[in-house]
Amino acid sequence: MNTMTLERRRLGDEPSPTPAASPMVVFERVQKTYDGRTLVVEDLNLAVRRGEFLTMLGPSGSGKTTTLMMLGGFEQPTNGRILLEGQAVERLPPERRDIGFVFQNYALFPHMTVADNVGFPLRYRGIRGAEAARRVAEALAMVRLDGLGERRPAQLSGGQQQRVALARAMVFKPKLILMDEPLGALDKQLREHMQIEIRRIQQQLGITMVYVTHDQSEALTMSDRIAVFNDGRIQQLSDPVTLYDRPENRFVAGFIGDNNTLPCEFLGSENGLAFVRMKDGTRLAASGPAHPARSDLTVSLRPERLGLDDAGSAENRIKARVLDKTFLGDRVRLTLEAFGTERLVASLPAAEGAAVLPGRDVGMAFSAADCRLLAR
Amino acid sequence: MTQTLSLTSSASAPNLRAALRRAERPGRLGALALALPALLFLIVTFAAPIGLFLTTAVRNPEVRDTLPQTAAALAGWDGDGPAAPGEAAFAALLADLTRAKEDNTAAALGKRLNYESAGMRSRIMSVVRHLGNFKDGALAPQFAALDPVWASPDLWAIIKRNAAPVTPYYLLTAVDLQQDASGAITRVAEDQAVFLGILGRTLWIAGLVTGATLLLGFPTAYVISLAPARIAGFMLLMVLLPLWTSLLVRTTAWVVLLQTDGVINQVLLALGLTTEKLQLMLTRFGTVTAMTHIQLPFTILPIFSVMKSIPEGQMRAARSLGAPPFFAFWRVYAPQTLPGVTAGCLMTFILSLGYYITPALVGGPRDQMLSNFIATYINRDLNWGMAAALAGLLLVMTLSIYLLFLRLVGAERIKLG
Repeated sequence: MNTMTLERRRLGDEPSPTPAASPMVVFERVQKTYDGRTLVVEDLNLAVRRGEFLTMLGPSGSGKTTTLMMLGGFEQPTNGRILLEGQAVERLPPERRDIGFVFQNYALFPHMTVADNVGFPLRYRGIRGAEAARRVAEALAMVRLDGLGERRPAQLSGGQQQRVALARAMVFKPKLILMDEPLGALDKQLREHMQIEIRRIQQQLGITMVYVTHDQSEALTMSDRIAVFNDGRIQQLSDPVTLYDRPENRFVAGFIGDNNTLPCEFLGSENGLAFVRMKDGTRLAASGPAHPARSDLTVSLRPERLGLDDAGSAENRIKARVLDKTFLGDRVRLTLEAFGTERLVASLPAAEGAAVLPGRDVGMAFSAADCRLLAR
Repeated sequence: MTQTLSLTSSASAPNLRAALRRAERPGRLGALALALPALLFLIVTFAAPIGLFLTTAVRNPEVRDTLPQTAAALAGWDGDGPAAPGEAAFAALLADLTRAKEDNTAAALGKRLNYESAGMRSRIMSVVRHLGNFKDGALAPQFAALDPVWASPDLWAIIKRNAAPVTPYYLLTAVDLQQDASGAITRVAEDQAVFLGILGRTLWIAGLVTGATLLLGFPTAYVISLAPARIAGFMLLMVLLPLWTSLLVRTTAWVVLLQTDGVINQVLLALGLTTEKLQLMLTRFGTVTAMTHIQLPFTILPIFSVMKSIPEGQMRAARSLGAPPFFAFWRVYAPQTLPGVTAGCLMTFILSLGYYITPALVGGPRDQMLSNFIATYINRDLNWGMAAALAGLLLVMTLSIYLLFLRLVGAERIKLG
């Protein structure tokens, strides 16, 4: 456990050349097809660092769960290699991978007590008797279920069952823990609580976790890094802040958070800024990956990054007509018409938006960094 | 807040309960009304006939109806004494038998008394035949002249005992017991004790069939539960198909397969697996095989339905936690199929207990089950009392096994269908 803690890496650490920092998992050009025609996973290359919390995020059918199942040993890759601590494991059965797996519906064994469930992996590792009992108690304490060992899973609430599944997946100190949408069945409040719990345990043990979800806020809350999946490909792999602020394509921009997506034309770049022309001819300064002059370019603009024009330092200033205003408590949501007939949504703090009236024109401002020029 | 709540609830609890009953009454009545036709149908066609039939196991009308005067004359006689009853009893018997001859009931009486003691039928019938030859004067010597046994008290004790409206005779016989002349219950002679042996054989065959269906059915159910939907549908159809075929047809088909010149023997000979024809018909093996075939769907379906409900993740979880495939199956999957296994086995065992046609056609004399004897008593011997007693025995046996299962396994762990 100590080595684990030492090896644990924090967000943003540069990979060091020591062997301890070699990746826990490497996917090399992995492909998967079920029917021999369509690829569920196309050419996956991904390295999971030791001690990190990596989330695979994407809509259903994006290949994220298939990827997890291949790592867990329940599916075989059609092509490519999967390395676990440098060893190829594609043909290794799940029971010999030493990976903890938390399933979507927990998959607790209903005919066993909680303690027997948690102790189950120990008996296949030759750990029995007092040592096993101690490990089970330790794991249950870690998920704050002390004293519930004699209950049956059916006698526990959904959140408690979730904790048992977690305890069972980590009691044998696996190399890494995989989780397949483990919080999907819980209500919102419990889900948020469990997100924090799982993150706490992961940091406390310094264990590597690979987590699959389609819930973007869950991914942003918990992860060191997020791999956004769509159509069997990783669209972007970065830490949550980068992912949110600097999406690299239109799918990521649209999938993470709200976004205004507006068609534009590329004019040229200067001083690291890109200049684009909107439909009505308005010139905007934007940022983003360098793109050749393509016809399908857009700018993406988050509603909360649009502010009232306060004559500040923002590169872009526009005039817009307020079509509608919705009060959301802490914020107001404005539906605006700008760049001719484009609709865009802005979200302002309630106090700031109080003076804005529907039907009037309003001046809005945003920085070039928040205006992402994206293709596809 | 809690105090207020508890105050109100304790004060108005009876009213509340009454109000709840009132509020739920229309729903309950509606449910009853919906179930009533089926309930009545079952009572009229099932429960009542079976109940009435079972009473024939203890009913004892023959002596009472045919020999009323004799019964009255014997009422004061001490049956335990060494002497036959007095002249009045002989006179009463003569009068009763004269009536019986006119009513044609003497034969039934003779048959009934013959169960108690062999030879009673011919004694009664000989008296009836000689009714015209009896002369005035002492009757006892004249009876003794027909058969000396009339002078013995034992015979009269039998008549006296059976003057009662109910008899334990049939029930005792069904479990190889009898009442001797003094009325004490004893075991019947070794060579006449058959029914306990038949009961044991019935249980044994039902057990063999249950074991065989489980052995064949469990893997089948497992394969179907794992198969993709379309293939599973087809496989399920193959399981169900036999159920839609008449039992008689399937049994006859087994006769065709198993007989000495049947398909199985011919194939075995052709393949050189055997040099002489095997005796398959009229054997225990043939009976169990045919019954297993017929019962297979009843075992498979509950197991399949339970297997269907076990999430795929269970096996995966067990594997991911380190259990090799067999252990994952044995420790995680198999225990969860128990409600289905129990239900399927219980169903097959209980249905097998009542088998009649298949053992009758495929089995030999030593493979006949309790039902065959019930049928024989009803159809051939016209001894409904014995048939009812054996049927009662089978019913009690079946219910006890069912209740035992419930106790051992728990009602919630048996998932029928």
